[in-house]
Amino acid sequence: MNVAALLAVLRPMLAPVLTALLAGCGAVAALSYLVMGAPAVTLDLPIGLPGAGITLALDGLSAVFLLVVFLASTAAAASAIGDHHYTETAPFLPAFVGGMALALVAGDGFSLLLGFEAMSVTSLVLVLSTHRDGTVRQGGLLYGGMAALGALSLIMVVGLLAQRGLSFAAMRAAPPEGWRAILVLALVLVGAGSKAGIVPLHTWLPPAHAAAPAHVSALMSGVMTKVALYVVVRVLFDLCGPAQPAWFGVPLIVLGAAGALLGALRANMEGDIKAALACSTIENVGLITIGFGVALVARGADLPALASLGAAAALLHIVAHGLFKPLLFLGAGAIQDGAGTRRLDRLGGLIHRMPVTSALLIFGAVNLAALPPTAGFAGEWLLFQSVLGAPRIGGFAVQVLVCVTAGLMAMGAALAAAAAVRLVGVALLGRPRGPRAAAAEEAGPWKLRAMSGVASVAFLVGLFPGSVLRLAGPALRTLTGAEMGERAGLAVLTPALDMPGYAALLTLALLLLAFGAIWFLRQFADLRTTRGPAWDCGFGASTARLPFGDPLTQYSGGGFSQPLRRALGHSILAAREVVSMPEPGDTSAARIEVTLRDPANAWVFAPFAYWRDKASGIADTMQFLTIRQILSVMVGVLVLFLIVIAVIEQL
Amino acid sequence: MSIVLGFIALCLHLALMLAAAPLLVGVLRKFKARLLGRTGAPVLQPYRDLARLLRKQAVVAENASAVFVLAPAVALAGTIAAVALVPSFTLGTSTSAASDLLLIGGMLAISRVALALAGMDIGTAFGGIGASREMTFAAFAEPVMLLVIFTLALLVGTTNLDVIATVGREASLGLRVSLGLVLAAVVVLAIVENGRIPVDNPATHLELTMVHEAMVLEYAGWQLALIEFTAALKLLLWMTLIAAVFCPFGMAAPDASPLYWLLGIVAWAGKVAVGTVGVGLLEISIAKMRVFRVPEFLGVALLLAVLAAVFLFVSQGFA
Repeated sequence: MNVAALLAVLRPMLAPVLTALLAGCGAVAALSYLVMGAPAVTLDLPIGLPGAGITLALDGLSAVFLLVVFLASTAAAASAIGDHHYTETAPFLPAFVGGMALALVAGDGFSLLLGFEAMSVTSLVLVLSTHRDGTVRQGGLLYGGMAALGALSLIMVVGLLAQRGLSFAAMRAAPPEGWRAILVLALVLVGAGSKAGIVPLHTWLPPAHAAAPAHVSALMSGVMTKVALYVVVRVLFDLCGPAQPAWFGVPLIVLGAAGALLGALRANMEGDIKAALACSTIENVGLITIGFGVALVARGADLPALASLGAAAALLHIVAHGLFKPLLFLGAGAIQDGAGTRRLDRLGGLIHRMPVTSALLIFGAVNLAALPPTAGFAGEWLLFQSVLGAPRIGGFAVQVLVCVTAGLMAMGAALAAAAAVRLVGVALLGRPRGPRAAAAEEAGPWKLRAMSGVASVAFLVGLFPGSVLRLAGPALRTLTGAEMGERAGLAVLTPALDMPGYAALLTLALLLLAFGAIWFLRQFADLRTTRGPAWDCGFGASTARLPFGDPLTQYSGGGFSQPLRRALGHSILAAREVVSMPEPGDTSAARIEVTLRDPANAWVFAPFAYWRDKASGIADTMQFLTIRQILSVMVGVLVLFLIVIAVIEQL
Repeated sequence: MSIVLGFIALCLHLALMLAAAPLLVGVLRKFKARLLGRTGAPVLQPYRDLARLLRKQAVVAENASAVFVLAPAVALAGTIAAVALVPSFTLGTSTSAASDLLLIGGMLAISRVALALAGMDIGTAFGGIGASREMTFAAFAEPVMLLVIFTLALLVGTTNLDVIATVGREASLGLRVSLGLVLAAVVVLAIVENGRIPVDNPATHLELTMVHEAMVLEYAGWQLALIEFTAALKLLLWMTLIAAVFCPFGMAAPDASPLYWLLGIVAWAGKVAVGTVGVGLLEISIAKMRVFRVPEFLGVALLLAVLAAVFLFVSQGFA
């Protein structure tokens, strides 16, 4: 990847081609490693920290994530072939993919940090590809701040874990205990969780993912969040050792449930397609986090079957989401190129002008809505099964928590379905809301190839979820000490042995049979079709004067989500509507203004900003002290410092 | 049950459900009309309506896309696939191993999403209003559905409807407070899912109050026939589903001889008749509620479902 980056500096147009080729080879390599069930390998390199070098390690867990990353990267890079908009930042694309891959194959704390930060920095540069746009700069700034916070926390995590050395083997030999373990949990949730979009550090995702070029946001939303989840999982499941108490997973369940609801609700409120997709990423990351949380709690309670079920569900959903989310983002990019905007209020009727892109986007949206027999449904089905099994862990508090989590997950899933219908219904269906949408152009050949490639892989994953979990067997053993085994069959996926389960192929067969029968019997009806103006309860066609005035009477994105905004947004997002009606006789337009506030902004970021201002105020006054005052402050600090050291020595 | 018998049972089940769905609507309308002192249309009227629609040409708006034409068939296919998974008169049909409650919910969601997309395809305000409200109601209905499944899974240990019905049939569950609460939640859910009064009125002609009817406003001809049939089938599906979970008595056991199927069919018809009477009585005794009351209505159901699960935790110390 680094070679590719160097080459790409010389010839920017080559960057996507090389990235696609290398990532494709990487995907094949990761897949063959998983299929052969090869043992874990480690590789010591004599570069890196003086005296320590770098250790690379590949095991089943890394390989599953590598496969997802490389598959999505192949598609994303392929979609950028022939796109001349982003040549300035093109060399960073292979470096970004290489950074993610390095984070996944890292075998020691240093290389993990190196890969993770390479991923952060290169993706920040890629976000700023179109930095002449002010909103892009704002999104980039927010992302940069969050990335710095994440880096700080992760360095502390590595420091806390590296009691006997930086390599993972040394970390496993001395797992953290007591307050150290709690600190690791909190810091990894801040450090990697902020990158993954775990609540409450999720607010940067919608602006940053919307600002980046489509193929970059496809990677950021689809797989960079997964690399961050890999770090969370690697630290909490593997490096912290199997002896952690059961409550270790509870924060994951709580934050995951909050994310599932909040992300899905916000996905219904955003007016920008890519921002809405980024919000749905928050939801999906929340669902995945719940799965890992259940696994962690069950492992602590010594229920290996349930633990492997939860982890398997999370991994399956990672694969599913890592495929259909890039598809949706690439589709959003195609809409932006073809119709000139990502704003729902300016789109509409694209299915007539961009039929292939629309069909692929509808497939992605069906995954997003978790309808059977798609990959999205398989992942969520298994997640629900793991949550339904979780009351076995015991303890009234855990049971009630699980019960509430189940309800929130279901609400998140239904809200995601509403968001999917909203995206497809407003952007692709209906009538164009502007001249640009009416004259939209179909995406280029490489974009279509990339999207259909990733869509067909997602389709296969949906039909054979059991096979995916078979491949993830070594990963599950690393995480929970147990595998899905016979529960993950070729045709049937079951939550427990000798239990009926979910058969994706049978589901597809039933649906196709029913549809085929209906389509066959249809010919006995009168099939002559008359085309005419829409009935619309008798409202006539619009006058020729208003070519785009009339389509504005359709439901817009804001209108579609208005019932949800009134029912849920008021309490969760502090939604406020201000309607300004002109005086009678005044011909100016009436306006409605909606303000929303993410609860994380109110509860986390606003207090933080307040205290930052306070601190800078104090620092400001200190600048203007007289020399005598400055000297006395310094002496005071020195004395205080010595006292602290003396007290610590006494202890 | 042998493979052949299981397949025959499945075909018979599908044929019965498909044939009886319009009849159910006809009987329900007749019953409501008689309660209101009207004579009402004959019970076979829905069949005649469907036949009439099939004879008519479809009028499709100029800017309709393939989504609009495919949606009625997709919606019906999703509903039929769900019907194939719900046991009616016998257990252990060919699809019994796949009759997962979450999957049935997913199949019904296919049907819902297809019609919501179709509602937005023409680009009229009424289609949008229907789609938007339908998806909003679903956002509140889905948690109720999942918590109901949650409670049943706690009791039986699986989400498979066939197994749940088998356990219930052997009466090993007994009468439980939790089951009563769950039943109340499911009835509310069924009312919302089918768009019956007090949530929606399938016979409404006032555009602003419509939900389901607003989505399908633009349809005519065979497409409308498919949609009407889907609605009827869905009502029968929910009644059968409730009967299978809460009143599985009289259903033939998986290994029983086909003679028991007759008994099962009679029992199933009786249960559906009771359900029809219940729906009819409810619909004539209550007015349709405002759209924004529906989330509150579902909130009550959600509360009941949560209570059911918590009751189980407390009473069993579930482990």
